[in-house]
Amino acid sequence: MKINKTALIPLFLLSAGLRAETVFVTLEKDNALAVVDPVQGKLVKTIAIGQRPRGISITPDNKFLLIAVSDENTIKKVDAETFKEVSLLPSGEDPETFALSPNGDKVYVSNEDDSMVTVIDTAKNKAIKQVQVGVEPEGIGTSPDNQWIVSASETTNMLHWIDSKSLEIKENTLVDPRPRALSFTADSQQLWATSEIAGTVMVLDSKTKQIIKTIKLNIPGITADNIQPVGVVIDNQRQRAYVATGPANRVAVINAQTYEVERYLLVGQRVWNLAFSPDQKRLYTTNGVSNDISIIDLDGQKVVKSIAVGSYPWGVAVKP
Amino acid sequence: MREMYLFKSGPDKFCFVMALALFWVPGVSFAAGKQVINIAYLTQNRVQPPQWLWFDVFAKEAGLAGAELAISDNNTTGKFTGQQFELKKFIVPAEANTVDVFNKDINGKFQFVVVNLPPQQVLQIADAAANKPVLLFDAGTIDDALRNAQCRRNVLHMLPDRAMRADALAQYLTKKRWQKWFLVTGPSPEDALFTEALKRSAKRLNMKLVVEKKWQHTYESRGTAQAEVPVFTQVDDYDVLVVADEQGEFGDYFQYRTWSPRPVIGTQGLIATAWHQTHEQWGAIQIQNRFKDMAGRWMQEADYGAYLAARAIGEAATRTQSGDLAKIKDYLLSDKFALQGYKGNPLSFRSWDGQLRQPVLLAAARSMVAVAPTEGFLHPKTELDTLGHDQPETACHYEEKHEN
Repeated sequence: MKINKTALIPLFLLSAGLRAETVFVTLEKDNALAVVDPVQGKLVKTIAIGQRPRGISITPDNKFLLIAVSDENTIKKVDAETFKEVSLLPSGEDPETFALSPNGDKVYVSNEDDSMVTVIDTAKNKAIKQVQVGVEPEGIGTSPDNQWIVSASETTNMLHWIDSKSLEIKENTLVDPRPRALSFTADSQQLWATSEIAGTVMVLDSKTKQIIKTIKLNIPGITADNIQPVGVVIDNQRQRAYVATGPANRVAVINAQTYEVERYLLVGQRVWNLAFSPDQKRLYTTNGVSNDISIIDLDGQKVVKSIAVGSYPWGVAVKP
Repeated sequence: MREMYLFKSGPDKFCFVMALALFWVPGVSFAAGKQVINIAYLTQNRVQPPQWLWFDVFAKEAGLAGAELAISDNNTTGKFTGQQFELKKFIVPAEANTVDVFNKDINGKFQFVVVNLPPQQVLQIADAAANKPVLLFDAGTIDDALRNAQCRRNVLHMLPDRAMRADALAQYLTKKRWQKWFLVTGPSPEDALFTEALKRSAKRLNMKLVVEKKWQHTYESRGTAQAEVPVFTQVDDYDVLVVADEQGEFGDYFQYRTWSPRPVIGTQGLIATAWHQTHEQWGAIQIQNRFKDMAGRWMQEADYGAYLAARAIGEAATRTQSGDLAKIKDYLLSDKFALQGYKGNPLSFRSWDGQLRQPVLLAAARSMVAVAPTEGFLHPKTELDTLGHDQPETACHYEEKHEN
């Protein structure tokens, strides 16, 4: 899930020098949501949330969490403080990943089994359109300038550029096999996408929709087959991009100006998804097999902690 | 291997079924601005083997549905790339000669042919096509010979051969340290071939064949299995009973009836397979569901083989933006080719024998036990090549035998 929106941190928190953020992690096999206090470094509580929760996002006002409960064929909107269910979004079948528009008025859902992207108007709580995309759409993201929704189809091996006004596909880019996740840079100029089975990260120009750089991840001592890039996030200044490498158990740190890989940080087993802290000083990773999350200190470029959260941690969202 | 029943059991298991598809579009054409890529699918329907259990779904068309799903996937992609894939089905009556049908209706008219046929017929067809612009995708055989001494330059093999399966089992048993084997071989020629593969793996991975026996009873003896199996299995101490019974005639009756409490592996118990209904990782659940929606049953190994064949053609056609045989074949055999097979690793072809390299699933009836290659089995190029015949071991030498 991409949660790279810069939420403003309340002033009183800054002055107190506190990191009061809360990290939410969906636990696919526990049917639960883990609530983590990253400062204390502990799991605060685990809440039953529904069958097979995967994608998670927080609304721009930080008041609500949206959680795809795949086996219930819906996205649950819950209060981010009380965790009470507010509404159920008509996501279509088996929702896994979804993206919010920058102002939160729309939710775009990948319906993997039907090769569709469902567009939901959040104010009306209604599906307003289904866009036919390639086979097995998964990764989905919106450009911060609200121009594009991009859907990655894993079996068709394409990125579909959907115009946010007309909700029609304007362009398709053929990419490396099994594209998984994608993120726009904060200035919307670039789209970064990962290919799970080619082991690459591709950087696309949002204007031309063409790949301008393909970065092949190589980790000494790990065969290429086991480097399976999944989640990708880029910091707001486009200094660095961070890529989860799945069973290679590492986060690749890429210089987002030169496209050189700077280092690989060892986290937990089968690292899937990533989220920045609101101040972008930390990065949180979900590690699907070791059942924990890792906290990376981005100033020091070091993994500082891992916290056990429950079975199959999948998505992660952060509330300031 | 219980639910697959690929073409291992000879022509008596086939019957007359359907008429031939009578029309075709040769090679590659353009329809309404689209590049049309024609793929032929050649098979004979199967009849239910006598030992089939009533609760197992017998899909006489197993394989075809996989090819059809792949065509549908290819065409979803094709909508965005201006390509259209057409599948022409040739389902040959059992007593008819598939080679005749191939020569009359397919040879020289289709560049891409998915064959789901027994090994001898695959070889005859490959030889008939030797000087024609045809590439065959063998979606049904698991014979090591077809990847070694009997290999053909114009055939690509989609399913793991017996050597890959045996290696997958042996790797897992190495990890478990269950090294003492009691090997039981059934009466069919295919059982002997699997036993050969198992012995090769045992030697490679330093397993000990404590006892070797042949199962001589007929499968009717299942009624008296309670009495016969304990007697048959009263042998020197072993860790696992490894069974080679590809027809499913007796292997299942060994479980829970052995003299000593020992697990059964091989063709029954813990099996090595390209696909299994318990497989859900790496997006597999998505294709399992899509297949079930389309075919009304779960995907079997033959379907997976045919799916991979038609998808490989689609992937290469998309990447090369071409329907040209030479370009597609070059791409398929290049380092660039990476097929998503829902098993984690990208799948690709071994240049030395045309075998699709892939992970092998180790499954029990209701659970996925492990996926080979097992962690710790290393290889300088790809760990997938720890399964089966690696380049230095291959007995396939195209140049010497079949110069095109």
